[in-house]
Amino acid sequence: MQLDAMYQEIILDHYRNPHNKGLRDPHNAEAHHINPTCGDEVTLRVALTPSNGNGIDGSATISDISYDSMGCSISQASASVMTDLLIGRTVDEAMRTADAFTELMHSKGQGEPDEDVLEDAAAFVGVSKYPARIKCALLAWMAWKDATAQSLDKEKEGAS
Amino acid sequence: MTTREPVRLDAEAIRADFPILARTVRDGRPLVYLDSGATSQKPRQVLDAEREFYERHNAAVHRGAHQLAEEATDAYEAARATIAAFIGARADEVVFTKNATEAVNLVAYAMSNAATSGQEYARFQVGPGDEIVVTEMEHHANLVPWQELCRRTGATLRWFSVTDQGRLDLSELTDLVNERTRLVALAHQSNVLGTVNPVREIAARAHEVGALVLLDGAQSVPHMPVDVRELDADFLVFSGHKMLGPNGIGVLWGRPELLAAMPPFITGGSMIGVVHMEQSSWADPPQRFEAGVPMAPQAVGLAAACDYLSAIGMDNVLAHEREITEYALKHVGALPGVRIVGPADAEARGAAISFVVDDIHAHDVGQVLDDRGVEVRVGHHCAWPLHRCYKVAATTRASFYLYNTVADVDALVEGIQAAQRFFGAAPGR
Repeated sequence: MQLDAMYQEIILDHYRNPHNKGLRDPHNAEAHHINPTCGDEVTLRVALTPSNGNGIDGSATISDISYDSMGCSISQASASVMTDLLIGRTVDEAMRTADAFTELMHSKGQGEPDEDVLEDAAAFVGVSKYPARIKCALLAWMAWKDATAQSLDKEKEGAS
Repeated sequence: MTTREPVRLDAEAIRADFPILARTVRDGRPLVYLDSGATSQKPRQVLDAEREFYERHNAAVHRGAHQLAEEATDAYEAARATIAAFIGARADEVVFTKNATEAVNLVAYAMSNAATSGQEYARFQVGPGDEIVVTEMEHHANLVPWQELCRRTGATLRWFSVTDQGRLDLSELTDLVNERTRLVALAHQSNVLGTVNPVREIAARAHEVGALVLLDGAQSVPHMPVDVRELDADFLVFSGHKMLGPNGIGVLWGRPELLAAMPPFITGGSMIGVVHMEQSSWADPPQRFEAGVPMAPQAVGLAAACDYLSAIGMDNVLAHEREITEYALKHVGALPGVRIVGPADAEARGAAISFVVDDIHAHDVGQVLDDRGVEVRVGHHCAWPLHRCYKVAATTRASFYLYNTVADVDALVEGIQAAQRFFGAAPGR
């Protein structure tokens, strides 16, 4: 029985009781991502607060991530875990976390997650053994990266 | 209550011909393969035929005058004759393509090319004011090429809707298929719902108004006797790999007078008449539509698959699958919290059964089944608009073939119940 290794209790808990779900304002940017193989989708918003004296850049703090989504347990739990993990961090820190999570997902089950960095997201290590499910786990993270990049671009356009 | 057909097919003996069915998956679980709608497994006879071609006769066909080239060409053309006979056609009416998808594109692009050619291709020209008709239950392969043809030519795409029972809504037939209609493209059997569509009725209306009919037989030719003369269609497409044959070969059948009047899609070597630096003329069908060195080993493999199926008898394949379908509809359909998307009875219905399990996403159902060795398809099965019609994002699909048994259905039912237990969604009985 490999199922328990994939669907760890943390994942099932987030799936049954997702955190931070629902779209909220204010937000700097919104992204809509679809997994074309199964039709799962997420609409995700980010709200960023500039650090003292700076515009919205890598030092800005993620004050909120809100989302509406439809999909399997892995995609739903991943979105919930991500918001817990990233809200309150700076954009730069969050990008490093996202990179660590992406690397874990591509580890083919061989990854050793750093729980200090990934916290609950470390529970997704079992998912990386199933290539068909990696996109599920990454859907919300990709939407977050997209919305964040849009927020930074808007700032640049505003400044130029 | 329908009477059950007597079993005329020895599934256990058939299974012995398929080496892959003896393997285990996921830590020693016996393989229960319920994804033949996506691709079928291959019997030794097909693998042997392809291997023998490579080991004994391999050469580029329709090129060269050496002995191997002659043998390879003979094998390729003999395969065409076998495959044509399998669908009641003449050899020169069968064009080899990469798969059914390419066969649909061949017709769609031929129509595009006709639209920018002279009057000699008037039969295939479409433009603003003309209409192409499809259905909401089409696989993307028989939808997107027509969307694109309409986009390129200015023609209008229209479609039949589906009923809650998973059938085409034919009340719109005379309105939808009218004097402006140039072509009706539809699935013979839905890859999601299993529905077998009333082709003759639709073709009769299409021909009344002078429209062509293209039938997607990817899910019907592997599973039932198909005779192109009885179907009354103008084109039929299907894929080799879904009917025990190799990957990389598909078929476009067309009425000979239509193929003869149709411009090519892919151009290049061996599809030409005469070539000058300024322009070229075309070979007669089927060579006109087979540019480049063709897939002779795969044609030989597909012919072996046709022989294998013919030896069993397509009537027997159909009867066997109907028995499994009835059994599956009854036992899967009876599970609390499970809803079948498609016709609830086996009448005019093939052996693909899609369903939703309340409160469990299809991906998660599929994961639990996979953990038990039961291999099904999950998602929208390349029929996204159809899933939208039924307001579901994804379904789980079990599709059966001649090597499946009712024991495979039992494994499916147990797997669905296991998913309900695992995700805490098991309704009280």
